[in-house]
Amino acid sequence: MTVSAKAKQATAAFDPETVRADFPALHQEVNGRPLVYLDNAATTQKPRAVIDAVERFYTRDCSNIHRGVHTLAERATATYERARATVARFLGAGDDAEVVFTRGTTEAINLVARSFVRPRLSAGDEVVVTWMEHHANIVPWQIVCGEVGATVEPVPIDERGVLDLDAFDAALSERTRMVAVGHISNALGTVNPVREIVERAHGFGDGIPVLVDGAQAAAHRPIDVAALGCDFYAFSGHKVFGPSGIGVLWGDPRHLAEMPPMLGGGDMIRTVSFEGTTYADPPNRFEAGTPNIEGAAGLAAALDYLSALDRRAVAAHEHALLEHASDALGALPGVRLIGTAPEREAIVSFTVEGIHPHDVGTILDGRGVAVRAGHHCAQPVMKRFGVPATARASFALYNTHAEVEALVAAVRHAQEMFGV
Amino acid sequence: MSDLRELYQEVILDHNKSPHNFRELPDADHHAEGDNPLCGDVVTVYVGLDGDTIREVTFQGSGCAISQASASMMTDAVRGKTLEEARKLSLEFRNLLTERGEEPVDPATLGKLAVFTGVKEYPMRVKCATLAWHTLAAALDHGDRGGAERAGGAKKVTVTTEE
Repeated sequence: MTVSAKAKQATAAFDPETVRADFPALHQEVNGRPLVYLDNAATTQKPRAVIDAVERFYTRDCSNIHRGVHTLAERATATYERARATVARFLGAGDDAEVVFTRGTTEAINLVARSFVRPRLSAGDEVVVTWMEHHANIVPWQIVCGEVGATVEPVPIDERGVLDLDAFDAALSERTRMVAVGHISNALGTVNPVREIVERAHGFGDGIPVLVDGAQAAAHRPIDVAALGCDFYAFSGHKVFGPSGIGVLWGDPRHLAEMPPMLGGGDMIRTVSFEGTTYADPPNRFEAGTPNIEGAAGLAAALDYLSALDRRAVAAHEHALLEHASDALGALPGVRLIGTAPEREAIVSFTVEGIHPHDVGTILDGRGVAVRAGHHCAQPVMKRFGVPATARASFALYNTHAEVEALVAAVRHAQEMFGV
Repeated sequence: MSDLRELYQEVILDHNKSPHNFRELPDADHHAEGDNPLCGDVVTVYVGLDGDTIREVTFQGSGCAISQASASMMTDAVRGKTLEEARKLSLEFRNLLTERGEEPVDPATLGKLAVFTGVKEYPMRVKCATLAWHTLAAALDHGDRGGAERAGGAKKVTVTTEE
């Protein structure tokens, strides 16, 4: 296949075989075949360095943080705060204190909705999102809007899955209190022009703040919050080779400073008395209770692992995989690609005529190929394209062109089995 | 996990491709709508009665092969049965796949429906096979609510299965 040959040539600089050995879970058979893991947009596998970091915490440094003067407490605190510094570097943040640890992207967005947007929201106000958002970037806004009689305004996308920027401009009004947009769509792979969106939102009236849902972006492209110019950036550890249950909200320090806490408890206070309590400064103000310390350690290990690679070469490799998969799947009769934006990353969503996506998913699994089938927590996207669900293959740096071929062969097998 | 052919048996694929009784029943005494929100599978089951006997059952909907074939074969299986027999069959079919109920269900007693036994090996897919049966049960139960509603014609019930 010429496309595949071209793609391989272009990615000679990064050989996924050099990293595959680092990911223990990749080396197993599923249903009698080598695992082909193409569900990376749901979660990524973890390199040994991450597993070791979590294990090191439990076998050596296990203690609570920010209190206690004993050696283990100091080690645990240092591990946790070093992790924060690692995240700050990863995001290009100006200061470690701009990094708030959360359970994941979902909690990060909820924190902004609850503590930043809700206090400035009145009846008739609007929060602007896009038609391609994950439910995590829709529902938190609906909840706070519902409390005051405000509304969530979705900006439409075209038949390729590209955001309509004219419609975006038209959606902004003096009632818009927030813009919330995904960096990369989890259902379509569309890369949104985030910097452009930020410029337009900031340039409207007194300026409208922008949150970027980076859950699908962090594993694939270097993030620089200063260059993006956004007000908030959220991502999840588990989608960037780190543990589950840890994520990040980066916030403009001016915003974080004025935000009230979402949760009350230990570690988020300055002083407590029954006459009144004063809160700690960010980020501790937003991290009530004992946090996911081992998760932070694992996340830092993941980001260190990723940062040690040639990210440009990795991105070129992932792009070649996407191109290979899109061309090969798109060439199969009866296969329809959902999401054909010129700027896409790491995700190919598709339907197979005559076979429901769930059957596609089950049959592929029978061949060891793990894909996601369903609405991908993005039901408005499914509605936009008139499909109940899609099958979705999503790539990470450790995937190979041979795995793309295995995917395509498995889809053909499904078609033979169903006689379509 | 067993061979996929155990799940996607020829008869299941045939019913998926050419479902039986796939149409609205304009003179239905009862109908119910069922959906699996997680999958997006939707099915509407229409029941026409002749006294206590099921004169005709039809369905419409969309979803995976398992859900469509199950609905199709269900319409064949319950036609001509009394309400009580249909309710019993619905329960037995669901118990077969969920392994609930006081005693294990012998697939042989379910006739052609035994082809769905393989679905047991795929826990995520059990709800696909039981959706139509839940929906039928909802339609039949609704019919029990008395003459006043029956006189009012078909009613709508939404079923969410969580097996």
